[in-house]
Amino acid sequence: MANLAVRNLMKSYGQTEVLHGINLDVADGEFVVLVGPSGCGKSTTLRMIAGLEEITAGEVMIGDRVVNNLEPKERDIAMVFQNYAIYPHMSVKKNIAFGLRTSKMSKPEKEARIQEVAEILDMQLLLDRKPNALSGGQRQRVAIGRAMVRDPAVFLFDEPLSNLDAQLRTQMRLEIKKLHQRVGNTIIFVTHDQVEAMTMADRIVIMKDGHIQQVGTPAEVYHQPTNAFVAQFIGAPSMNMLPGTLSGDGVQLQGGRSFKTNQTRETSLEVLVGVRPDDLTLEAGQSILSGKVTVREPLGPETLIYVETASGEIIAKASGRAPPEVGEAVELSADLSNLHIFDADSGNVLR
Amino acid sequence: MTVATDIPATIRPSSETLLTAGQGKPRNMGQLVRWLLLFIGGIIMIMPIAYMISTSLKWPHEVYNVNLIPEEPTIENYTYVLEDGRFYWWFVNSIIIATITTICNLFFDSLVGYTLCKFRFPGRQIVFIAILSTLMIPTEMLVIPWYLMSQSFGWLDSYWGIMFPGLMTAFGTFLMKQFFESVPDEFIEAARIDGLNELQIWWTVAMPLVKPALAALAIFVFLGNWTAFLWPLIVTNSTEMYTIPVGLSGFGDEADVAWELIMTGAAISTIPTLVVFLIFQRFIIRGVVMAGLKG
Repeated sequence: MANLAVRNLMKSYGQTEVLHGINLDVADGEFVVLVGPSGCGKSTTLRMIAGLEEITAGEVMIGDRVVNNLEPKERDIAMVFQNYAIYPHMSVKKNIAFGLRTSKMSKPEKEARIQEVAEILDMQLLLDRKPNALSGGQRQRVAIGRAMVRDPAVFLFDEPLSNLDAQLRTQMRLEIKKLHQRVGNTIIFVTHDQVEAMTMADRIVIMKDGHIQQVGTPAEVYHQPTNAFVAQFIGAPSMNMLPGTLSGDGVQLQGGRSFKTNQTRETSLEVLVGVRPDDLTLEAGQSILSGKVTVREPLGPETLIYVETASGEIIAKASGRAPPEVGEAVELSADLSNLHIFDADSGNVLR
Repeated sequence: MTVATDIPATIRPSSETLLTAGQGKPRNMGQLVRWLLLFIGGIIMIMPIAYMISTSLKWPHEVYNVNLIPEEPTIENYTYVLEDGRFYWWFVNSIIIATITTICNLFFDSLVGYTLCKFRFPGRQIVFIAILSTLMIPTEMLVIPWYLMSQSFGWLDSYWGIMFPGLMTAFGTFLMKQFFESVPDEFIEAARIDGLNELQIWWTVAMPLVKPALAALAIFVFLGNWTAFLWPLIVTNSTEMYTIPVGLSGFGDEADVAWELIMTGAAISTIPTLVVFLIFQRFIIRGVVMAGLKG
């Protein structure tokens, strides 16, 4: 096990710079998730840590070694790929043992290690099977087993759950989290799915266009987003963004209400007022918006309602038992302490 | 009935087609025409082989009769050819040459194909195009330079002389490169992280995944060398160095060509090609590459 540090990491393909100086510290035993939309540079960052992509500039440190010029095998890492990459011509056992090919362990030690990993992943009965006789979840478990068997300092996961169906994904998510609690290795996990990020991570790194947007615990990035991108990327359904003007200590929403905030500005400023659908209800509170219900999405315990307002279509949460009818006029309220106010130009939160 | 599970469902015969296939009755005119065309095609394919076997069972005086069934069948030709010491040597020569050439092709073509496919280095495209462009030069044009080379190396009338032009082929390199394209980079990267060097990755990870291509290449190369005529004819002088096609063409004398003996030798010489095909064809049918990836 080891901590990992990335210092001012940059990557260019020819003239095109895709990573613009990434800085990140991962503590020993921490589970860090890199999340962001396609093309944000999360996989590239992971592959540079693994040694599969050349580093244009900057440093990657694993433990107290700079590993920039080390081969992947010398970095003491293991990686699990999106499409598993387990070898179809080898049995499960051989696939797992493959990670130990270059190890100096004796044969009985290797055997014991393989059995131990198979037991942790509950695969003892599958060891003699070929990959084509396994389900998607089992194949992914083999891939994890092959990574685990070497007991690496850092585990790297590159979107390992993307190919699984929804139910299996939830199950594997739980298994990986339990596995981490059990073995305690440092894990860096890449995904584009914010639910995966929220549920699994000790800390989340949100990336966009080759920049880190925010690093924080799931609660921090959800409740205290540093900018409008993070606010909208984390959380489903996405945060509503209502354009308005901040002057003095009051916000005037476009085509709608004005209300007091905890922000004060002497000159007026164009802002985006962010409010999560969860925080926007039909119950009593500071009234923010009114409009007509256009669509209802019943989820069981609650119903999502799409409301056409003067600030555009927004999503709010209503009771699951007695939601308003489509076409009904509704008044939406929120607790002012749950509003997030962002500078409309820079997208940064006002604090 | 068992159905191979690794054949995709779309090409696996459904139980319905398996049932109707067994009934053997054409359902309409279209099907009848198709069957007729296939039948004619089959006859065209099988006639030369049938005539080869038929001729090998005829006496010399009957060779020019077109009848398929010999009037007085004899195995005298087989006894003659097998007891003739020369045929034994040609057979051994052909086996040695075709086997070594096949092994060398499998090794070199796949190594070069893999390198051109999976490594990025300056000039990669140029090397590939240069290799491909040699496909456009006909063998007849190359024979003279090959002969001069053989002469200067002292390889005339030797195994090396016969084999060297074919130890590595542009076609094989191209074929292997294209097949390695289907091996996902993740397999190679995973092996790299697991600590294998590039040669080990090629041998233990990439090669087993392109077995169908290797099998196809093995069949092509073996058959090509087994039936090669022009170059072995030019580069060999002594009867002991002949390969089967060269040797067989010399059966007979100035007055007459001994077709019955040539056909007998040809019939015997098809046996190794059949063996090679039977060994390798099962690899061709089974595509295994995708099984380790997302299902």
